[in-house]
Amino acid sequence: MAAESEKKQVLEMIQADGADEGCVTFVLHDEDHTLGNSLRYMIMKNVEVDFCGYTITHPSESKINFRIQTRGGVAATEPLRRGLNELTDVCQHVLNTFQVRRNYFPTVNHNSSTSGVVAAVMSKKVDSDSMIFLTIKLLSVHGPEL
Amino acid sequence: MAASRKNVDEIRNRVILGEFGVRNVHSTDFPGNYPGHDDTWNMWKFQKNFRIDMMHLDESTMEFDMVGIDAAIANAFRRILLAEVPTMAIEKVFIYNNTSIVQDEVLAHRLGLIPIKADPRLFEYRNTEAEGSEIDTIQLQLKIKCSRNPKASKESSDPRELYLNHMVYSRDITWVPIGNQADVFADSVIRPVHDDILIAQLRPGHELDIVMHCVKGIGKDHAKFSPVATASYRLLPEITLLEPVEGEKAERLKRCFSPGVIALQDVNGTKAAKVVNSRMDTCSREVIRHDDLKNLVKLGRVRDHFIFTVESTGILAPDVLFTEAVKVLMSKCQRFLSELDATEME
Repeated sequence: MAAESEKKQVLEMIQADGADEGCVTFVLHDEDHTLGNSLRYMIMKNVEVDFCGYTITHPSESKINFRIQTRGGVAATEPLRRGLNELTDVCQHVLNTFQVRRNYFPTVNHNSSTSGVVAAVMSKKVDSDSMIFLTIKLLSVHGPEL
Repeated sequence: MAASRKNVDEIRNRVILGEFGVRNVHSTDFPGNYPGHDDTWNMWKFQKNFRIDMMHLDESTMEFDMVGIDAAIANAFRRILLAEVPTMAIEKVFIYNNTSIVQDEVLAHRLGLIPIKADPRLFEYRNTEAEGSEIDTIQLQLKIKCSRNPKASKESSDPRELYLNHMVYSRDITWVPIGNQADVFADSVIRPVHDDILIAQLRPGHELDIVMHCVKGIGKDHAKFSPVATASYRLLPEITLLEPVEGEKAERLKRCFSPGVIALQDVNGTKAAKVVNSRMDTCSREVIRHDDLKNLVKLGRVRDHFIFTVESTGILAPDVLFTEAVKVLMSKCQRFLSELDATEME
């Protein structure tokens, strides 16, 4: 579990003999399609990348082989690093958008039909910043937009 | 040129449900694939197009729309919700006495699957060798004995009247705080989420004396750690009428789809079909069985419009689960970024 993985290797870089550093297979330990496919998507969006793909070596091994080939002599670690950073930024934006939407969603109270936003204020622990946001939203439209 | 441009947009943005199969399934929006399209990653463009609409939220279920993101990332969130958001579950069962007819190992398995209401964010993962402590272990106890009910009437044959404690429910599990846990969790007592899960049935003289240890874990390791009953998404269906459908055909078209998808409008005395809410459709593709109707409609799904449904087991609220899932994906990225930095230092 978590304690073991500290001893275990996290990332390996495998290069063929004589190959330049633009063609590298990274071995990501303890990962699967979850990170593999989302990271592949982000890296394939990069123009410097000629090829990007991954395989799960065997169902009983918890690691993936993640291959990157670049154009124009760029080191393969660069698109990997950029992909990881961009994926982090995407997650951060998803998280922020989600939290804003959730904070002013009218929470349904099962035994009464009180005003949704008021119920949301009462039932959720809202920090002071989003509370201000909430009151502003009270003046405008509340509820999902279609 | 204009026609092919439209065609390219369809390939890029829609999944087509055809008569003989589903077309344009894969994402193809990568640089170099389409002349005239700039498909390189652009954060500003992503932020402009991305939106989330909350549709439903209560203590146990949530439905929301996530628009403007690729399936690779949406699927990562779904997979993390199922298998990588941690919860607390019973992992070790010490059976001091079990004279019921349920075998020890079956009983232990049943106990493991009971959702325990405890915030996993307040605990650490337990080291495999180490003894449990207050930061990584919750101790629970189940001590119950069945006996005859002295007040039962002679003629009765109802076990509910004849015996005391003959049904063991999850509510009979009690929490035994370790260390400072009683103070830390004073306002949120640790207990099973549901009180009425039947664990075993006893008869007079049968007895259970069990101590359990809950630890933090993830669904990848064992399904009992999974925080969701289900987490899934579907793409928004899109139904386009290619030409006006009227009269009897309109009636039949309406019946081909789920209720509420097609409405009939009165146009100059005849009934004309109109798509009013394609979101309701189950995409059964029934319309393809009608030879005279199948060429009048186009069935598709919007590639980047995900309708997420999250159903929690009740340990954490579904909205909390989703935020935790996003954080898990971020920490995965950070793990490899710091590893990259470390190898470069060498």
